[in-house]
Amino acid sequence: MKLKDVCKILEAEPVRKVDSSRWRSREVASCQASDLISDMLSFRGPGSLLLTGLTNIQVIRAAELLDFVGICFVRGKRPEPEAVKLAEEKDIPLFATPLLMYESCGRLYAAKLPAGTRKEASPIA
Amino acid sequence: MPELEITKIQELVYELWVGDVMHNDVVTVTPSTPLSNLREILRDNRISGTPVVENGRLVGIISMEDFIKWLCEGSPGCAVADRMSRNVIAVCADEPLIQAINKLERLGFGRLPVIKRGTKEVVGILTKGDSIAGLLKKLDIDYRQAETRHPRSSHIFEDIVADRSSLIFEYDVAGGGDVERGGASASGLKTSLMRLGIDPQTVRRAAIATYEAEMNLMFFTNGGLITAIIESDSIRLEVTDDGPGIENVDQAMRPGFSTAPDWVRELGFGAGMGLYNIKTCADRMRLDSTVGVGTRLEVEILVGGKREVIRDNATVTA
Repeated sequence: MKLKDVCKILEAEPVRKVDSSRWRSREVASCQASDLISDMLSFRGPGSLLLTGLTNIQVIRAAELLDFVGICFVRGKRPEPEAVKLAEEKDIPLFATPLLMYESCGRLYAAKLPAGTRKEASPIA
Repeated sequence: MPELEITKIQELVYELWVGDVMHNDVVTVTPSTPLSNLREILRDNRISGTPVVENGRLVGIISMEDFIKWLCEGSPGCAVADRMSRNVIAVCADEPLIQAINKLERLGFGRLPVIKRGTKEVVGILTKGDSIAGLLKKLDIDYRQAETRHPRSSHIFEDIVADRSSLIFEYDVAGGGDVERGGASASGLKTSLMRLGIDPQTVRRAAIATYEAEMNLMFFTNGGLITAIIESDSIRLEVTDDGPGIENVDQAMRPGFSTAPDWVRELGFGAGMGLYNIKTCADRMRLDSTVGVGTRLEVEILVGGKREVIRDNATVTA
């Protein structure tokens, strides 16, 4: 599935429309959803899309460190200006959907986008 | 560097599952299909063999070779059931691709039927070509990260003549929760490690561990220092601060335990997963803390995919 397909399914708009042609055809391999940074950091697998309701700059940091392919903000939220600036710098596409988290996840799952893996993180000893 | 390439491919075949790369639209025949019809089926679909399915369940496999043998015997009138191999080796859709590739190699087969675990329902077919196509697709996804590598510094450890050599990067982290600057150390380390040509999986582990440690310094201390010591085969992180210290290290290590105040939680932190996340990224981890004096965290991450993918947890000494 490509980022443009994700946008269509989620009725999402890019946060910055100017450079949308660059990322439209990037491949999305899986999806993760969380509002907690440390949960995001326990995810593995580059090429994952991140769904979140968290809009501060640290979400972008997490996405950068984990090589997420893009971030979609749910329930109509817009990222903070510093977050947008950092995302631009790190070439991480941002989207916003009016849908709630549950429906966003449901639609992507129904479209056969698999959950991202956590297999690198083994259960606690 | 051929060694690095093997590591990359190994990483990929462990990250992919049979279900990711198999063909979903399988052409099948039934045991009662006359052998004389097989030629058209194989030719029209441009395949060299096909699973034999009865009532949705896999009962055999028939190949071009079986067909040719039948021709040599003067093509007597018979059905697929009389000529198929009944002892079929299949793979499950939720198996790692590496296992399936090993099976293809070991058995010298061109294709393997893919079944749903626990049933014999055929859900796809895997060929060597599918495996290669899947790997290429995955490589395409990873390509963007590879592009960010800086070729000039990637041979540094080979270029330096010494019995031992290490690179030391230091990052100052301010305390007091300056959220905007937070993560700059982890980001800087990640960029630098990529430029050194270290494999992305190892880089990610180092970056996550650094980020979590950085956040701890930012939220809970008056600031501290992150030192990364990079050698050809390992990355060591030393994170130090001078207070306030952790009262109960065992408790702090427990997933879900957090002392974060509300304002930290509102930023999406305070899930109590920080030290645990560091542990899952580390090959070795040591945490020493004295209340009123400070905390010292040491993390070692081994470079190069020689480690098991699902590994034992790091040992924690406190």
